[in-house]
Amino acid sequence: MDYATLLQILDSTLRLATPLLLACLAGLYSERSGIFDIGLEGKMLAAAMATGAVAFYSGNVWVGALAGIGASLVFAVVHGLASITFRGNQLISGVALNFVASGITVLIAQAMFGQGGRTPPLDGAARFNPITLPFADALGTVPVLGPLYREVISGHTALVYVALAAVPLTWWVLYRTRYGLRLRAVGENPASVDTAGVSVARLRYSAVAITGILCGLAGAYMAAGLQAGFGREMTAGRGYIALAALIFANWLPWRALAATLLFGFLQALALRPDVIERTLQISIPVPALDALPYVLTIIVLFGFVGKPQPPRAGGEPYVKER
Amino acid sequence: MTKLPVWADVVLVPLISLLLAGAISALVILGIGGSPWEALTTMVDGALGSPYAWGYTLYYATSFIFTGLAVTVAFHAAMFNIGGEGQAQLGGLGVALACLFIPWPHWSLALLGAATGAALFGAAWAMIPAWMQAKRGSHIVITTIMFNYIGAALIIYLLVYVLRPVGQMDPATANFPPSTHLPTLNQIPGLNLIFTKKVPANVSLFVALIACYLVWVLLWRTQLGYELRAFGKSQEAAKYAGISGTKIIMVSMLISGALAGLMSINNVMGESGRLLQNSSEGAGFIGIAVALMGRNHPVGVLLAAILFGFLYQGGAELGLWTSIPIELRTVVQGLVILFTGALDQMVRMMLGLVFRPARKLEAA
Repeated sequence: MDYATLLQILDSTLRLATPLLLACLAGLYSERSGIFDIGLEGKMLAAAMATGAVAFYSGNVWVGALAGIGASLVFAVVHGLASITFRGNQLISGVALNFVASGITVLIAQAMFGQGGRTPPLDGAARFNPITLPFADALGTVPVLGPLYREVISGHTALVYVALAAVPLTWWVLYRTRYGLRLRAVGENPASVDTAGVSVARLRYSAVAITGILCGLAGAYMAAGLQAGFGREMTAGRGYIALAALIFANWLPWRALAATLLFGFLQALALRPDVIERTLQISIPVPALDALPYVLTIIVLFGFVGKPQPPRAGGEPYVKER
Repeated sequence: MTKLPVWADVVLVPLISLLLAGAISALVILGIGGSPWEALTTMVDGALGSPYAWGYTLYYATSFIFTGLAVTVAFHAAMFNIGGEGQAQLGGLGVALACLFIPWPHWSLALLGAATGAALFGAAWAMIPAWMQAKRGSHIVITTIMFNYIGAALIIYLLVYVLRPVGQMDPATANFPPSTHLPTLNQIPGLNLIFTKKVPANVSLFVALIACYLVWVLLWRTQLGYELRAFGKSQEAAKYAGISGTKIIMVSMLISGALAGLMSINNVMGESGRLLQNSSEGAGFIGIAVALMGRNHPVGVLLAAILFGFLYQGGAELGLWTSIPIELRTVVQGLVILFTGALDQMVRMMLGLVFRPARKLEAA
């Protein structure tokens, strides 16, 4: 593999890792507060549809993204109601909301645009357009690092940088703020948080809302960044890959970045079977590459790479003692 | 919260959940500019209006009975098996191998052989997640989701690179030999008086009914079933009573996987006559809705499977005759799962308000 090809693959790695990273961090907030969320996929899908539709009508991608966040928040609130207020089964709620999202996005898109459940193609200001970082062209002539800066780091859309910035921000929130301490505590031992006089329900709702916002951004990026418009089932299991990445990352923000970059890299490779064949001199079937993130997660769960430590109170509805 | 009478819990809670799901679906149909009444009549007409329509409804119901029972058995052991989709597709592989590589003299023997293959392959696909749950505590939901994707990738690989006959373009196995073709309802003496046109429902329906009975016997009439339910109610108490958690998790998931795999005798062997990509078409997931709606009882599963068979066939008719897309059925499916599985406390609270005054009068 020559340097230019490597840069191309790294460039698409970053693009493909972005929705995974946003969704993975989304799941991190929810699960760290003790609410399992299988429904990342559905929230992304709802957000992608809303973004595609509103960005098309308004011609402004940011208005579209806001609509996407709104749609994702609606699903987050229903999940919160089911898991926090009505103490239902969080896993079933997530699965159910994924189905609702999968169907209703097509119904609405079909009713609005009549194009087989897609939204019309977006262009211009209705899409996230690439941002050229300062000095990209000037530094591009520097050997080795110059092209890396120009081709891989510069020239992405805004949400790619937002997602990357969300990693240190999440770390800071979780480990350096009072809110983060409480959030981690409520996922490990909600009774202790309750005893300290902090509302478990309010904390968990806030975490679920953050999950909704981040999934909204992930969906907006899918519809207006990675692709130009919404298509049925366009998230294609990314919500589940993000869940896998979250386990891979052991519910830690920096490791979430590493895990999603790895899975993004695998997705980028799957798009270029020719490169693998030339580099490794063997042909790896595309289905094997598609399955690799899941296989890797299973291997991690098997405990070959250290035992995963999920939040202890995850999935348990909290019942105040009476 | 008022405790509900048993009959209300068993009958009213699922019915009200269904009504809520139906009401929201009606609002969705109104919202996209359709007519809920027209949708309902189209669905009833197309799914229940003639023996021909019933032939399709029962065909879907057969698959859903198997996957619903699969989820039910696992649920009783407190395992949430959402890997039915992958297990069903692997079951399809078992059916395909049995039908393609063994020369069966008669369809009845072929059915036995293919059912064994389907159950074995389905169970095998549930085994690793079960083992990981029992020994490593990896959450069964996460691992079965992963295995759905790995299974789908494996089937695609096998269809594209291994099982596809030379010269064929589409990724599928060769057609199964005629001796493996299962009689459809219109080919069975007696029933052919009712079903005069060719329908996809086939003898697998009767296998599904037998499976319902056997699952009931297993859960409520055997020691294993007792241990399984005890473990599901309280793992600690079961352990104290000398019940092995590892055994129960493994056995319940293996049975669950086998049942999910068995659905392939209906769609792969009975209908398409060859193994295609994504052969289960979501039936594994519908099993979740069927089990929840059927209150995890074989009789309930049977009724709920027919209901979802109606929804599936009716939904397909909607896509054909109205402007309402076929995806409506996915929405209804999701809503039913949401109300019966996650918001059931809300439904109970609502019912509690109704039952409270009645109780007080009785006391007075």
